[in-house]
Amino acid sequence: MSRWEQKNHNRWLGVCAIAIALIIWEAIAAGIIKNPFILPAPTDVFSAFIELLQKGRLILDFEASLIHFGIGLIAALLIGIPIGIVMGWSRRFDAFLDPVIEILRPIPPLAWIPFAIIWFGLTSWSAGFVIFVGAVFPVIINTYSGFRSVPRIFVETGKMLGCTKNRDLIRFIAFPAALPSVAAGIRIATGVGWMCLVAAELFGVSNNGLGMALWFFYNLHRMDYVVVYMILLGLIGLFFDMLFRYYMDRHFLKWRTGEVA
Amino acid sequence: MGNFVIRDLNQSFPRDDGSRLVVLDHLSFEVQDKEFVCILGSSGCGKTTLLRLIAGLDEAQAGSIILDGEEIRGPNPKVGMVFQEYSLFPWRTVIDNIAFGLEMKGMGKEERYRIAEKYLDLVNLSQFRTSYPSELSGGMRQRVAVTRALALDPVLLLMDEPFGALDAQTRNMLQKELLEIWEKTKKTIIFITHSVDEAVFLADRIIVLTPRPGRICQIFPIELKRPRDRTSVEFAQVRRQVLDLIGQHCVIQ
Repeated sequence: MSRWEQKNHNRWLGVCAIAIALIIWEAIAAGIIKNPFILPAPTDVFSAFIELLQKGRLILDFEASLIHFGIGLIAALLIGIPIGIVMGWSRRFDAFLDPVIEILRPIPPLAWIPFAIIWFGLTSWSAGFVIFVGAVFPVIINTYSGFRSVPRIFVETGKMLGCTKNRDLIRFIAFPAALPSVAAGIRIATGVGWMCLVAAELFGVSNNGLGMALWFFYNLHRMDYVVVYMILLGLIGLFFDMLFRYYMDRHFLKWRTGEVA
Repeated sequence: MGNFVIRDLNQSFPRDDGSRLVVLDHLSFEVQDKEFVCILGSSGCGKTTLLRLIAGLDEAQAGSIILDGEEIRGPNPKVGMVFQEYSLFPWRTVIDNIAFGLEMKGMGKEERYRIAEKYLDLVNLSQFRTSYPSELSGGMRQRVAVTRALALDPVLLLMDEPFGALDAQTRNMLQKELLEIWEKTKKTIIFITHSVDEAVFLADRIIVLTPRPGRICQIFPIELKRPRDRTSVEFAQVRRQVLDLIGQHCVIQ
């Protein structure tokens, strides 16, 4: 069997597993539990999805969530990357900032919700802030460790070729060398930020939002709608991750081909 | 010009027990303009330490390093360096690696590519201009590294066992190429190696260092005409002389 056939074959295995899971789910929900409030069957969920699409609600929820998520992630990049750079480049900044970051880092992002509300009110910014708290630390840590592990030989080569100022060394040598690690950090941050999304929307910062809607329909006991939003949250998160990986591989990490398996 | 003088160079590093490990001990020598000098010594004799001092990457404890009447303190555009390890920037294509130094000087894209192209031609790697280093063999990578150092037109080229990691055939080929480049560009070259064969093949003069502390054991002019034939009787004789000398005088005491 060729490699390509093997790969295709394995993909079919994955599709089979999803199909089997759906069949078991349907059998348990429709055959054993028989109560769509406790466990809606896949067929219920699918028709709920169609209903929601027809109401035109999904797009609005998706847009609202995208705004919250975008605020949080962009702020995390704008603040996290520079902090990671100065800490990774200068031992002094590292010694200075590290204790503060290590104390703040273990605080769960959701514990910031009260202050998010006090500082930003019930606006998209406060949801964005909670997502920011979740996303900023992976960005800092990975940028930092990427800069720390820039091979000395590259920095010295740069110096021998006339790149001697700190700013130039960071821009032309350390940042490109650390980019794979920075990118990995952004990817982790995307995942963590997305996970914070539901909780960030629970406290009613907007009328729409995937997390907001999930909570809203739970209060209406429409569990089939709740499952639709759960699955959408999962699929959109997966989609972001794939999009990001594809983009990174194509545009930034061409030079790593042959180095990563 | 590339007249180069080292006077009374000392370097030592602190040891755990508080004493100091003397690596270079009152080292003095001179290199003429356009001369090809090999520094030969076993591992741990301070060859790399010496080269890093000349490059300006480290600072000597005492002594002076003077290039064309000017003392070297810190990396200097007149000094180029080729490292032992692979040092090409993996995120840059071959041509952007070669043009890096020119880019740092603020040269525009067109002009620096034109110059890089010229040097790329010199080592016959034009067809790899847009390849990434990961796509090149070890020998090609070191050729590009040499070219990159040359693109800034330094007067002094330092080479720290640049062919050490290559297989014997590639190594011989690159030695020949390096001599051709040296004939064409007429740089002063200080080349570090632990291979007697390599030193005899390349050098105008071989400076043999003793290990720990690094002192000059012998300076050995090689009178053989180029191109040298490493299978010839004369070549073998010179090799034997150098080896005997190292065996008699330059072992650890």
